[in-house]
Order: sequence, then structure tokens, then C-alpha cells
Amino acid sequence: MTALTLDLPAAAQRRTGFVAHTRLIAGRWLRAQYRQPALIAFTLVQPAIWLLLFGQLFKGVVNIPGFSDSSYIAFLTPGIVMMTALMTSGWSGTTFIADMERGVMDRMLASPVSRGGLMAGQLISNATTTLIQTILVFAIGIAAGARYDGGAVGYLVTIVVSMLVGIGFGSLSNAVALLTRQQEALIGIFQFVSLPLTFLSSIMIDPAVAPHWVNVAAKFNPVDWAAIAARQALAANPDWSSVLRHSAYLLAFTLVVGWLSTRAFRTYQRSV
Amino acid sequence: MVTHALEAVDLVKTYPAGRKNPPLRALDGLTFGVPEGIVLGLLGPNGAGKSTTVKILTTLSRADSGTARVAGYDVNREQDQVRRSIGYVPQKSSSDPMATGVENLVLSGRIYGLSRADAVRRAGELLERFDLTEFGDRQVKTYSGGMQRKLDVALGLVHRPRVLFLDEPTTGLDPEARADLWNEVGRLSGDEGLTVLLTTHYLEEADRLAGQLAIVDHGKIVAEGTPESLKAELRGDSVHVELVDPDTDGTVRTLIGQLAGVGEIVVEGNVLRARVDHGATAVPAVLAVLEDKAVPVTAVTVSRPSLDDVYLRYTGRSFREASLEREAA
Repeated sequence: MTALTLDLPAAAQRRTGFVAHTRLIAGRWLRAQYRQPALIAFTLVQPAIWLLLFGQLFKGVVNIPGFSDSSYIAFLTPGIVMMTALMTSGWSGTTFIADMERGVMDRMLASPVSRGGLMAGQLISNATTTLIQTILVFAIGIAAGARYDGGAVGYLVTIVVSMLVGIGFGSLSNAVALLTRQQEALIGIFQFVSLPLTFLSSIMIDPAVAPHWVNVAAKFNPVDWAAIAARQALAANPDWSSVLRHSAYLLAFTLVVGWLSTRAFRTYQRSV
Repeated sequence: MVTHALEAVDLVKTYPAGRKNPPLRALDGLTFGVPEGIVLGLLGPNGAGKSTTVKILTTLSRADSGTARVAGYDVNREQDQVRRSIGYVPQKSSSDPMATGVENLVLSGRIYGLSRADAVRRAGELLERFDLTEFGDRQVKTYSGGMQRKLDVALGLVHRPRVLFLDEPTTGLDPEARADLWNEVGRLSGDEGLTVLLTTHYLEEADRLAGQLAIVDHGKIVAEGTPESLKAELRGDSVHVELVDPDTDGTVRTLIGQLAGVGEIVVEGNVLRARVDHGATAVPAVLAVLEDKAVPVTAVTVSRPSLDDVYLRYTGRSFREASLEREAA
């Protein structure tokens, strides 16, 4: 029989790999984001309330014996950065749901697009949102009086770990979207997990004055790893081994969930 | 030997039971072949297995058993080659509403490996061909349903596929947009070597567009051929008698069955359909026997065989009835 072979030239082959597809897909989502800049502003309302209201309400907690920081707003800001990254990336999967509700996802999956690229491209655009939010949340914190001795490296570490939180939880959200295929289920599940992830951590309160069981739970909380790494890196005398260790945990977590969520495309295809 | 652009052998697919639904056997040994360059219409009511067939052939889904080849490639073992050879226009609109028409087409072209310049050129060609040039730089969310559907077909053609899948392309369109899309799809069959698999539950659409038809019922192909040959297999004319009251006790059925030259009587509610050798002589006889027994009649029509009759012949129920039955299930 006459096989209808499509002998693609080498240039075309190069244009259809993981890297090329990641760039194309990221371009698609970044363009969509750029067309709705108001959405990012909208997601900043919550962190602004946390910083300005709670920063004021609880500024006395630093006086509790054992609290390591002397300024609550300075303690709170890196945590709120991570919380914002978590909350925003929870919505990430809604983009996949919208694609599934139309025929976009099915058209993509019937094309030779790299599944990893389909996932990574969306996560890059998600991480870009996190980057912008991190800078803005810091600006709010600093305007409210937070000061850091750590300098440029401290800020850089904070930005990188916040982006890892965005990518890691963004890919989890995408995976839940592929598995449940329902907007309501996705939002419900994420609200259910984001609250414990926020409060079983050192985001609001120094572990030194928190109950023991909270500290135990926080040890396994990727959002807390990020908050610790950021606060340490921003301190006057950072404990770099702690920064590195927590960043490494976070990177490992992000890679594992990224890989798992790419596998979720298969599960989705099994159910169509 | 004829090269088959599409070949499915004994496909079986069962969807597992859900919380509310029993397991569903969507495909039950479906087999067909389509030579290159043909528009094949897969005709059947909702739930007959048309979309499942398309999903398996486009590598979206996997059959439990059976084999299928698309453009010469095995859908299980050579997924990448299959994906490069096909264009898929899903039932639901497949464009990104936030992007413009051009952006949609260029992204799709580049995913298949076109360079940026080639993709832009190809997008321009397709927009022109589908009369969308002036809307190319507008976001798709501003398009009408008909325009979106045309863009969907264009998206399926960006990379010049060998086989194009159109899954219910005109469902939900208004009559004008449907006629417009029919013209566009009709022109596709002139494309060199392009094979099209079209699923539809509109008899008129299948009659109009498909060079070859396969009638699907309960996950199987029950009849195959050109629309003309399928109709030609039915002798004579068909007669529809609309009764005032449903024929619950079968009296009318028996009465008409006794007439000479009348066969294949099917009663659904208060409509009786029969196949007759000569419509012109049968109608007076039918009316006479009904009047004799004082059976009130609303209307009697006689017609040349339609695809509806073909459907009736092979599945034992009218197309409309089959669709209702599926909706109720």
C-alpha cells in the first residue's frame, strides 16, 4: 500500500518539539492575559486587605515572647506573597476547563502538540502573573512600612520561590481540571485545600509561638517552604542552608506535580 | 487494490458505568472503509456512535478492541503520524475566543511545524477562502455562530491534512449559516486527495454533501453505499398515512397489509408508513379501504424514497423516532 508519509524537513521537526510548543502555547496565554490586565489588579485586592488590615490588627503579636521579628508587616509580607501565588494559581485550571467546554482541548490533543508543552506553556504564563503580583504585593508591604536588610538577592529568592509556588500549584490545578472537567469541582477542591495550606504554616505567625502540631504540619507544606526560604533570604543574616534546603524541596515538589499533571492528559483522553 | 484513507475494522468501545449511568456500549463491531478523495457521511441519531468513531480515528480516544488506520497509519501504534495527517473539527467550536481569527490560524499552523511566515500566509489564504478576511483581526468572541464554524473548518485545514474530520459541522446553526457552510464543505471535496469524514444527524445534510454514506445504529454500520444506490435499493414509493387516532390495536395495519403491492408497514404513533409498488394506484386503494371501515385520516402523502426511508428500512424505525428514543434514554 502507498503510505502517505509526511517527510518533514529538519527545520519543521525542530519547530514541533517540546521547547517550540511550550513557547507557542505560552505565547497564546500571555497574549490573552495581556488583553485583560484588570484581572491581575483584581487578584491583588485580597493580599492588600491582608497586609493593610491584618498588618495593623495584629501588629502587637511581635511582642509575644519568642516572636523572632520586630515588625509584623515585615514578617507578614513574604508570607502574603506566597499566599497570593497559591490563591491565584488555583484558578489556573479554569483556562483548561474553558478549553474543554469549547472544542479547543480536543482539537489540540488530536494535533501533534507536545503534551508537556501544552502544560508548561500555560504554567509559564501563570508564573508571569505570579511575578507581577509578587512585585506589587511587595510594593504594598513596603508602602505599609516593611523593611528588609537582605538586599537584591533576598528579593530575587522571594520572586523565584513565589514563581515555583505558582507553577507547582498551577499544575495541580490544571491536573484537577483535566480529571474533574468541572469548574465547580475545581474551585471547590482548591478552596478546600488552600485554607489549610495557608494557616498550617508560618505565613501569619512565627512557628516559635504556634502550637506544636501546626509546626509539624507546616513541615510538609510547600507554601511554608517558600515562605521560610523568602523570609530567610530577606533577613540581615540569612541562614543560606535553610534557604537552599527549602528551595530544593519546593523545586522537587514543582517538578513532580508538573510531571504528574502532564500525565493527567492521558486520563482525560481515556474519558472522552 | 484501492487505497483506503480510512479503515476501521471491528471497533468496540464501552464506556464504563457512571454513578447514574449503566455501562454504555458505544461501538459494537463497527467496520468501514473509505477510499481516498471521498466525502463519507456517517449518518445516525444522537448516541449511535458517530462521535466515538471520530474520537478513535483522531487518536483522542482508544477502542477497547478492533483496529483502525488513518492515511495508512495505525491509530494506536502511529499516533504521531496520524495526528500530522488529519484535521479535526470537533462538535463544539474549537477556536480560542480571546484570540483573533488570524492568531488562531497562525498558532495552529505553527504547532504543525509551519514557519511563522508560512503560517501567516496560510492563514490569509484560508480567511479569504472562507470569506473571513475582513474579520481576521477581530477576536473570535465577536464572531457569529456561522463565522466561528467556518473558522473551525479553516483551523482543520491549516496544515493541509490528508483526512478531515467534521463532527456534526452544522448542528446549532441557523438555516442561512448552514447553507453557507454546506457550500464551503461541498467545495472541499474538490481539493486534491482530501478525504472527508462527516458525521451528521441531518438526512438532508448527508444527502447533499456525502459521496458515500454509512448508516450507523447502535454502534454498528447497518448500511453503506452512495445515497443514490441506497435509495435505489428501495423499490417503488413510500406512502405515509397520518391517522387521527393512533392505531393501538393494529386494525389499520392489518387492513392495509391485505392490499396488493403494499409491504414493509411500520406504525409509529398515529403515523403509518408503507412501501408500495406504485404510489399512484396504491393511494386510492388505501383511502378506499380506510373509508370503508370509517377510519378517520388527516393526511396521506406519497413520495419517492428518501434517506429517511433508507434509515427506516435498515434500522426498523424512522430517523425521528430513533433520535427521540436516544434522547429519552
